[in-house]
Amino acid sequence: MTEDAARDGEAPPVRARGLVKRYQEVLAVDHVDLNVNVGDVYGFLGPNGAGKTTTLRMALGLITPTEGVVELFGRDPLREGAKALEGVAGFVEAPRFYPYLTGHKNLELLAALDGDGAKERIEEVLEIVELVPRAKHKVGGYSHGMRQRLGIAAALLRRPRLLILDEPATGLDPAGMRDMRRLIRLLAEEGITVLLSSHQLPEVQELCDRVAIVDRGRVVYEGALTDLRRQGGAGYRLHTTDDTLALPVVQAQADVTHATADEHGLSFQADEHHVGILSLALAQAGIGILALTPELATLEDLFFRLTESDGASGRAPITGDGRGPDTQSVVGAS
Amino acid sequence: MSSVAASPTLPAAEVVHPRRPSTLVAYRWELRKLRSQKRTYMGFGLAIVLPLIFVVVQSLRQHRGHGGDSIFAAQITQSGLATPVLMLLFESVFFLPLIASLVAGDIVAAEDGNGTLKTILTRSVDRGQVFAAKTLAALTYGTIAVFLSAVVATVGGVASWGFNPIKTFSGSIVSASEGLLLVFAANACYLIPLLTVVCIGVLLSTATRNSTAAVVGAIGFVILLFIISGIPGLEGIKPYLLTEQFENWHGLLRTPTDWAPIWHSLWVCALYAAPALIAGYLVFLRRDVAGG
Repeated sequence: MTEDAARDGEAPPVRARGLVKRYQEVLAVDHVDLNVNVGDVYGFLGPNGAGKTTTLRMALGLITPTEGVVELFGRDPLREGAKALEGVAGFVEAPRFYPYLTGHKNLELLAALDGDGAKERIEEVLEIVELVPRAKHKVGGYSHGMRQRLGIAAALLRRPRLLILDEPATGLDPAGMRDMRRLIRLLAEEGITVLLSSHQLPEVQELCDRVAIVDRGRVVYEGALTDLRRQGGAGYRLHTTDDTLALPVVQAQADVTHATADEHGLSFQADEHHVGILSLALAQAGIGILALTPELATLEDLFFRLTESDGASGRAPITGDGRGPDTQSVVGAS
Repeated sequence: MSSVAASPTLPAAEVVHPRRPSTLVAYRWELRKLRSQKRTYMGFGLAIVLPLIFVVVQSLRQHRGHGGDSIFAAQITQSGLATPVLMLLFESVFFLPLIASLVAGDIVAAEDGNGTLKTILTRSVDRGQVFAAKTLAALTYGTIAVFLSAVVATVGGVASWGFNPIKTFSGSIVSASEGLLLVFAANACYLIPLLTVVCIGVLLSTATRNSTAAVVGAIGFVILLFIISGIPGLEGIKPYLLTEQFENWHGLLRTPTDWAPIWHSLWVCALYAAPALIAGYLVFLRRDVAGG
């Protein structure tokens, strides 16, 4: 086995350690660590300006990190150039093409710069993204959605093992977003590892199995999405015969937290054992339970708790058994 | 993309080590991109129109009985081969450097501005290959512009005043065929300083990331050197100014041929071109591609 093959077989698709990017006084990326494994559909989440695109640019070798290193299948794009991008494709921000060339000619150009028989795949990838009817039109006349699809087609020309997509659904209409998700799911099923940057939480929740959440240049969580949701704490909705009387009973229970009331009933967080104790306490107080339903935290809840955990949001941070910022999976938080 | 889920064949994700394309492939595509842009034809249009205007104006002057004030101007109506020489005298100072700068100054900066630089830098060619391809394309464009102008001027001149023997700067007469050879050899010599301007334009295009700044910067550099060459007391540096090399081809049109200005221009131009290319290459290699 050659050294290259051995490296390809063992190295993860993306491994970043201590990535820093500083623009004079602005710290755009602050000691980011990422671990994207083979077969992951990895969500890279964060508010606008959090440093997602800058991190992806560093991963693709487009910009030089101030500190740290990023490797794609064990290769550093800065040191190894185009060789490090073998098997890697995608786009950062909106995909850009030559507006004075047709979609087909743009793909011909990119296929020529890819080599490896990419030219023979042009018709196939155009068919996949359903751009065949407009392939002979100049890209200058394409809609935003068509350019996004052409961006995917250009990426597929490279027969990628790792696909890096930066906000691929941004600017698409609902049907376009649905189709983009369908395509990404299909590519993942084909065995392509996907690193997907997004601030569209439903998209990430639907597509991704692992996520990194970045805020103000720092990764505040990295790990499995299911673990994150579990760490978010088990929430419950409670509806009783008298919610007004029930609220102080709930609040008085040990290890029951975040008890609040609204027009739909009560909500609180607790583990199963303490929910059992609570139900007995409600019965002893003469309050009947009409409904008690568990609620897993949504990604949106967790996202805001992680990225607005300075208290400004009024939402509870991930704490307790969830151990959010205290767990090993939470990287770079302090 | 409603049918994507049913798509039967997707490119397989497998470990591959493709043969990477050569710089020649990238160069060919740079030429194709140039061919597809209006800006390219603006420069070529200028290279075609100027000699045509010259021929028309000289025809009118001939009917009005005006004579010329240089050896080639004086024989403009006697040999069509005087026209390309006069055109080179006229265009070499400003117009041809301007035409060459239009593309050289734009070739990297435009891609930066449009965001397409990131598109090509995430394919299987190295940055050095992309820079080499772009530089070669800009050099090719400058070369074509010079010879296009020469061909139009020669055809226009010969059509108007015939394919006749011509007097050189030394006053000796050479045959029409030898004159034709000398005309194109003179244009080839002129390429030495012109392509140096192209190298400077490519550097500015890479460093400024702004097409307008790079085009204006390249042509402004030429104008600055002309101004410097006219400052009294700076005669000592004059032979080493790039602008002085624009006349290197005069030696070819003397009898016997004076090779000294051509050799001189070769090494002087190398002193301008090599640092510009090396600096441009290093900037391109190390720069952050953050636009688009």
